[in-house]
Amino acid sequence: MRTRFMELSVGVFMMMGIVALILMALKVSGLSTADAGDKYTIKAYFENLGGLTERAKVSMSGVTIGRVTNVYLDAEDYVAVVEMEINKGMSTLTTDTSAAILTAGLLGEKYIGLTVGADDEYLEEGGVIEDTQSALVLEELIGQFLFSGAEE
Amino acid sequence: MLTLITKVLDQIQALGQAALASLQAFGRAGVFLASSIMWGGPGSAGFGDLVKQIYSIGVRSLSIIIVAGFFVGMVLGLQGYTILSDFGSEAALGTMVSLTLLRELGPVVTALLFAGRAGSALTAEIGLMKATEQISAMEMMGVDPLKRIITPRLWGGFIAMPILGLIFSLVGIWGGAYVGINMLGVDEGAYWGNMQASVGFFDDVMKGVVKSLVFGLVVTWIAVYQGFDSMPTSEGISRATTKTVVIASLAVLGLDFILTAIMLGSI
Repeated sequence: MRTRFMELSVGVFMMMGIVALILMALKVSGLSTADAGDKYTIKAYFENLGGLTERAKVSMSGVTIGRVTNVYLDAEDYVAVVEMEINKGMSTLTTDTSAAILTAGLLGEKYIGLTVGADDEYLEEGGVIEDTQSALVLEELIGQFLFSGAEE
Repeated sequence: MLTLITKVLDQIQALGQAALASLQAFGRAGVFLASSIMWGGPGSAGFGDLVKQIYSIGVRSLSIIIVAGFFVGMVLGLQGYTILSDFGSEAALGTMVSLTLLRELGPVVTALLFAGRAGSALTAEIGLMKATEQISAMEMMGVDPLKRIITPRLWGGFIAMPILGLIFSLVGIWGGAYVGINMLGVDEGAYWGNMQASVGFFDDVMKGVVKSLVFGLVVTWIAVYQGFDSMPTSEGISRATTKTVVIASLAVLGLDFILTAIMLGSI
C-alpha cells in the first residue's frame, strides 16, 4: 500500500510537470499548434518597415485578425516583403485592401493595420496587398521638417 | 630575520596546500560523478529506486515550491505594478512577471529551495549510511555503493528539478495574475495578451528548463558527493550538510550568471 501511494504520487508529479509545460506553451507563451488549417497567407510590399518584426499583430479596426509570419527584403526590387497569416474567419478581405504600418501608442510596438476597400473580389492564399503605406520614421520626418524650414 | 622568512614560507605553503586540496576535491567529485551517472553494474539500483528517489526529492518538495512560487509571484505583481504604473504601462505587468519568473527566479529560487530542502536531506542520509557502515557492508557484499545509492539519487534530482522549476514559475504567474488583476485592477486581457505576445516557448520557457536541468544536476551532485565524502562522525555529517547548502547555493548563483550570459549571447 505504501509503495502504491508512493508510485501514484510520483506519477501525479510527472503529470504535473507535463501539464505545466503544456500550460506554459499554450497559456503563457501563446504557442498554438492546431491552427495550421484555419489560416491563409497574404503578402504586402513596403518601402520601409521601421521596426516591424515577426509575430507582430495584423489588425483591422483595432481587432487582431492575424500575425506577421515572415519579413524579408526582395533582392531584386529592394522592397521589404511582409508575409502575414490571416484567420480564415476573416476571409472577406477585398483585393483593394490597404495596409499601413502603425505604432501602438507613442513608443509602443509596430503593427499592421488593414483597411478594407470596395472591390467585389476577395484576397486568397498568396494574394498581394497593392496599396501600402510605410512606417513613419521619426528621423526622416524631422529631416523633412528641418529641410522645409530652411527653404522658407 | 630568518624566522620571518620561515613564517612567510609557511604561509605560502599553506596556500599551496589549500589549492591542491580543493583541486583534489574537484577531481574526486568529477571521478565520482563520472562513475555514478551511468546505470548498471553489480547490484545496480532498479527503476523502483528511481521512483522512490523522485518521490522523496521531488514530490515531497512540492508543497514548499508551490507556496514559495505563489508568494514570489504575488510580490512580483505588487512591486511590478508600483514601478510600471509610474510609467503608465501597467499593461506590461504580465510580461514582466512571466519573463522574470521564467528566465531567472523560477530556476534560481527553486534550486536554492531545492538545495535547502532536498540537498541537505540527501547529504545527511548518505553521511549517516557511511557513519553506520552500511556503505562498507555493501562493498563487502560485492555491491557497488555508487551504482546502488548514488545513481538513482542523481537521476532523481535531475528529473525532479525542472518539473519543480516549471511548477514554481506557473504558480508564480498565477500569483502575479491574482494580485494584478483581482486586487490592483490590471486589465485581464492585457495581462495575458501581452504575456503571450512577448514570451517565446523556446526562447524563454525552454531556456528556463535548461537552467533547471543544470541546477538540478549540480545541486544533487554536490549533495551526494558531500554525503559520500563526509567524515563518518556526527560532527562530520553536520559539517557536510552545511557545506552542501552553502556550496550548492553559491554554485547555483554563479552558474546562473554564466548560463544567462551564454543564453543572452553577450559573451
